[in-house]
Amino acid sequence: MEYVVITFLCLGILLYFLLGGADFGAGIIELFTSTKNRSRTRKTMYQAIGPVWEANHMWLIIAIVILFVGFPHIYTTMSVYLHIPLLIMLIGIIARGTAFVFRHYDAIKDDMQWLYNRIFRYSSFVTPLFLGIIAGSVISGHIDTDAKDFLSAYVYSWLNWFSVAVGLFTVALCGFLAAIYLIGETDNDHDKRRFIKKAEYMNIAAVIFGAMVFIAAQFDHIPLVDWVFKNMIGLTAIILASLSLILLWYLLIKGKTQILRVLAGFQVTMILVAISYAHFPNFIRLKNGEAISLFETVGPPKTIYSLGLALLLGSILILPFLGYLFYKFKKKEE
Amino acid sequence: MDDFLAARSQMALSLGFHIIFSCIGMVMPFFMAVSHYKWLKTNDEVYKNLTKAWSKGVAIFFATGAVSGTMLSFELGLLWPKFMEHAGPIFGMPFSLEGTAFFIEAIALGFFLYGWDKLNKWFHWFTGMVVGVSGLASGILVVAANAWMNSPAGFDFVNGKYLNIDPIEAMFNKAWFSQALHMCLAAFTATGFAVAGVHALMILRNQNKVFHLKAFKIAAVFACIGALLQPLSGDISAKDVAKRQPAKLAAMEALYQTEKPAPLLIGGIVNEKDKTVKGAIKVPGALSFLAHGDFKAEVKGLDQIPENEQPPVAITHYAFQIMVGIGTLLALISLVYFINLIRKKSLLEKRWLLKLFVLAIPLGYVALEAGWVVTEVGRQPWIIYGIMRTKDAVTPMPGIAFSFYIFSAIYLSLSIIVTFLLYRQIKMVPVLYSNVNPKTSDH
Repeated sequence: MEYVVITFLCLGILLYFLLGGADFGAGIIELFTSTKNRSRTRKTMYQAIGPVWEANHMWLIIAIVILFVGFPHIYTTMSVYLHIPLLIMLIGIIARGTAFVFRHYDAIKDDMQWLYNRIFRYSSFVTPLFLGIIAGSVISGHIDTDAKDFLSAYVYSWLNWFSVAVGLFTVALCGFLAAIYLIGETDNDHDKRRFIKKAEYMNIAAVIFGAMVFIAAQFDHIPLVDWVFKNMIGLTAIILASLSLILLWYLLIKGKTQILRVLAGFQVTMILVAISYAHFPNFIRLKNGEAISLFETVGPPKTIYSLGLALLLGSILILPFLGYLFYKFKKKEE
Repeated sequence: MDDFLAARSQMALSLGFHIIFSCIGMVMPFFMAVSHYKWLKTNDEVYKNLTKAWSKGVAIFFATGAVSGTMLSFELGLLWPKFMEHAGPIFGMPFSLEGTAFFIEAIALGFFLYGWDKLNKWFHWFTGMVVGVSGLASGILVVAANAWMNSPAGFDFVNGKYLNIDPIEAMFNKAWFSQALHMCLAAFTATGFAVAGVHALMILRNQNKVFHLKAFKIAAVFACIGALLQPLSGDISAKDVAKRQPAKLAAMEALYQTEKPAPLLIGGIVNEKDKTVKGAIKVPGALSFLAHGDFKAEVKGLDQIPENEQPPVAITHYAFQIMVGIGTLLALISLVYFINLIRKKSLLEKRWLLKLFVLAIPLGYVALEAGWVVTEVGRQPWIIYGIMRTKDAVTPMPGIAFSFYIFSAIYLSLSIIVTFLLYRQIKMVPVLYSNVNPKTSDH
């Protein structure tokens, strides 16, 4: 059952990254859209993510519940030492979710829309930035459980070059995923070309920030190069990601958009695998060189058994229903 | 403000905020489903418009409830890491099931809100029902987790260690049923009265009477049934608390001395220093009866509880008085409403009755919040009753006061915006839902 629970944890994180990421990305795209095209982008976005955005964010809840029920020590270590970025991320989630709904359901469209839009766009940027920072901090080895002063315990744990680079990389990936997703949701050529352009820019940004992650890792003495290139799985994943990058650009330029989504999803998955495979089952790296492993902190057997059972049962109910939701509201080919 | 107090205040604020939104999110779908059903059966366009109007409210409340709930699942760890470290594996079962229920609710809501004219009409209706049922299930599960903090079960506590953990036994702890029942009825009552009250106000203002009267009738039935059943559930809760948490019961009733038989105090000013209550009305033997079903039974007072295990008396007592007082008032209004209904008197002629409902708009929620104050403050100083103290669970991070201020500001502005949005929705009813041009009702 341990493996079932861990699989669901990884799946939850991955799907949150892909679906929730695309969702955040839509706001990032809007942020970087010129004023004259914004209302068109917004309209496409509503049709595309309106019905599914709540469900996309449920993956975060699933992941966090698995953590605190199954791996409480990991959950509490993160809660204590990454309190500040978690808090900022939460504020972002609150601001973004409410602004998205408010601007849609305000019965009178007036100046308030200006406020909702601002909040929505900026929080769409800030939230994945801090999600990335949190993810980076977990593996960066800056969490210091022996720290005596405020700054080294609660601030330098996440405020370092590596974590910030991962944060920016995450933002670029989200924007990229969203642009790819939106290409398939428009009904005219003009918008389609616009989103293709956006996807290209976001991809370039992702490559640049990705390189920055590696540079920052060197700077902060994090053996990222070893993790990615010194094991078969990591190496294969990064090669596959690079290959799909080339194929992706080819398809983008050719304007063949059918399998782009699958490819983009695959690429991001491979990047996650490449970065995280080397430490599995370690989850948090600490400053004193130790690590908190999933297997060492796993909860008592009865808990894990019933958690696994609940997840299996839940997915039988959820997945078909969710699949039908995506199917039903996907843009129909004319 | 010291960190411990700030952490407690932030938690109370977050819960207090989330509770209102989640209650609306779990009750309103049932109102919608009734109205939707009537539309499907009668083809009366007004019911369709009503369903749509309500569904917009639900969308606003659900989203706000969902983000504040996400916030809470992190806040438990951010504020009480030492509690979660031990409690997570024990009382996590209802949370993992709740995750599932919540997920289904979100999917179903996606179908419901965007499914007009796209889905089979009965499937569409069904998705609305799923929103309600899974929302209700989420509510029950979360309350079961809270009940575990009042009535810890499913583990052995030996020398500071939590052994033989059984999450299923923890979920079905002794308090879950009485708490969940009380909470569900409270949700229906509070939301029902709030919704009915708003529509009553519009009827009194002579706006879109047909629309608002239909809305009022649906909400009022739920509200009044809930309010009439609530005293029975309250009785179950009182007897349960008397057995499990005598300190809480004593604080609720400000019973400083053990008495046999014990009187019920109504109102009164508590003086925590002198341990006295001034100016309360005493009903002889009534507390003995409420707590143990026997007018002559002994009720444990605070004198039998060690000083450092006593909850704050004044807050608990006042909150309890507010809850019971409002509960009684709402039950009386319900009784009058049903008598009126049986006599088949027209509501439109009974303006005073509609005015009573308008008065009751906030009351249900005031009672609901007061009830949670009784449960949570009455459990202090424990976070896990009899096992772990709240102050031992708080995060070591200093400066929590700042995050408390930030969240106070956020929740305050959200409350203002949501109220503002609802005001606008209601204001636009004549424009959006007039039958002359039903097309405009689409978003």
